[in-house]
Amino acid sequence: MKVIVDEDKCVGAGQCVLAAAEVFDQREDDGVVVLLDAAPPDALHSSVEDAAARCPALAIEVLQRP
Amino acid sequence: MTDTRPTTTGPRPAATPQPTVRTCPFDPPEEYRTLREQAPVTPVTFPDGTNGWLVTRHEDVRAVLADPRFGANRRAARTGAPVPADTPLPPPAPGMFIFMDPPEHTRIRRLLTGQFTVRRMRQLIPAVERIVAGQLDAMASAGGPVDLVQDFALPIPSLVICELLGVPYADRADFQRNSSTVLRLDATHEEVQQAHLAMSRHIHELTVAKRVAPTDDILGGLVRDGRLTDEEVAGVGALLLLAGHETTANMIALGTMCLLGNPGQLAALRADPSLMDNAVEELLRYLTIIQFGLRRVALEDVELGGHRIEAGAPVLASLTSGNRDATQFSGDPDQLDVRRPYSSHLAFGHGIHQCIGQQLARVEMKAALSALIDRFPGLRLAVPAQEVPMRDDMLIYGVHELPVTW
Ligand code: SF4
Repeated sequence: MKVIVDEDKCVGAGQCVLAAAEVFDQREDDGVVVLLDAAPPDALHSSVEDAAARCPALAIEVLQRP
Repeated sequence: MTDTRPTTTGPRPAATPQPTVRTCPFDPPEEYRTLREQAPVTPVTFPDGTNGWLVTRHEDVRAVLADPRFGANRRAARTGAPVPADTPLPPPAPGMFIFMDPPEHTRIRRLLTGQFTVRRMRQLIPAVERIVAGQLDAMASAGGPVDLVQDFALPIPSLVICELLGVPYADRADFQRNSSTVLRLDATHEEVQQAHLAMSRHIHELTVAKRVAPTDDILGGLVRDGRLTDEEVAGVGALLLLAGHETTANMIALGTMCLLGNPGQLAALRADPSLMDNAVEELLRYLTIIQFGLRRVALEDVELGGHRIEAGAPVLASLTSGNRDATQFSGDPDQLDVRRPYSSHLAFGHGIHQCIGQQLARVEMKAALSALIDRFPGLRLAVPAQEVPMRDDMLIYGVHELPVTW
């Protein structure tokens, strides 16, 4: 799994942090998403997918590698 | 190019009135179920007489709210206070970014999001818990019955948001009156404008004072930052003050009433306090206090659910209906179930305007509800449930009063 975030789209709602704190954080000054792990381990895949689904700004893209 | 699909070129179905009447205090109007099944995107006449579209399925509501072809401008967003259709509306007041589209919306929201991150809000937990404990002590020493709204549900978010923004709590009577006018469905357009103006004027005075004597709070920070005008800071402040008050206060009070009305769920929560995070999400979904949904306006012709929504048409995305959509939520979405697995709900909206204060709301609801049920094991309504005055007449649903005892 490969995770891509779009900082320009992010509206700082923090849904991604709630869903997968191991993979997403928010920048101190403006709350914009920070990607902690662009290739998270299998065990986190479902919470990362949940984060992408919850993100209100469609700022998280998840690519599944074959 | 001409669209030849019969659904879009055929006659527009007749508009039905927007559903507004509830049969159960915790359930949205029943018409929504039929609409979701039979006409999920449907022409509707709003209570103010204007015509537009109503969107009722979870998936479509999310699609509309995430779609930049639908704008959040003022005319679309207006609800309640009737404005004759030909009244020219001024552009959104400075700082009212809830009624703005990008790039203006982004410019202002970005200045605030850093103040409301998950981490910052978690740092507030001890302070919020102290405020909650203080209110509970006061209730316990006064003895029941008390009005849970005035003595508990409203002071908690009010104290917290005043502290965060840097607004004196002593001024609350004024802004609580004004914010309630803004949310009253029967207030005239003029009354709403006046109340908005009074709130902005009040914050504007504070802003000017903070320029002279800097303070370490959100408004003080915006003033120091210098990227917003004083008028914009005042508008942002009024908006956050309004939004920080009524929403969480009603979730706490209505959430309490709902748990008291579902004793099995309350018992489960008491037996396993670790369910509280999930219960908060479930109460947000189940009660969806933004009861009439969010209004948008089509900025161009948009195809939605087989219909052509013409540029300029207002579209109401129903959060309450989307949050009861059985295709999105497991089990029976019309039952409160604190153990229901989390699935994206719409209580905070969706898209770029999704509630900026949602993490704060979660912290406050969790602290308030946990401590309340823990402190008063015998908590119960002090009047029959049918006598609790419900906020059918307000943009934000909830209870006007909640007499309880223990
Ligand atoms: S959920 Fe989306 S909008 Fe919110 S902080 Fe994460 S990436 Fe940004």
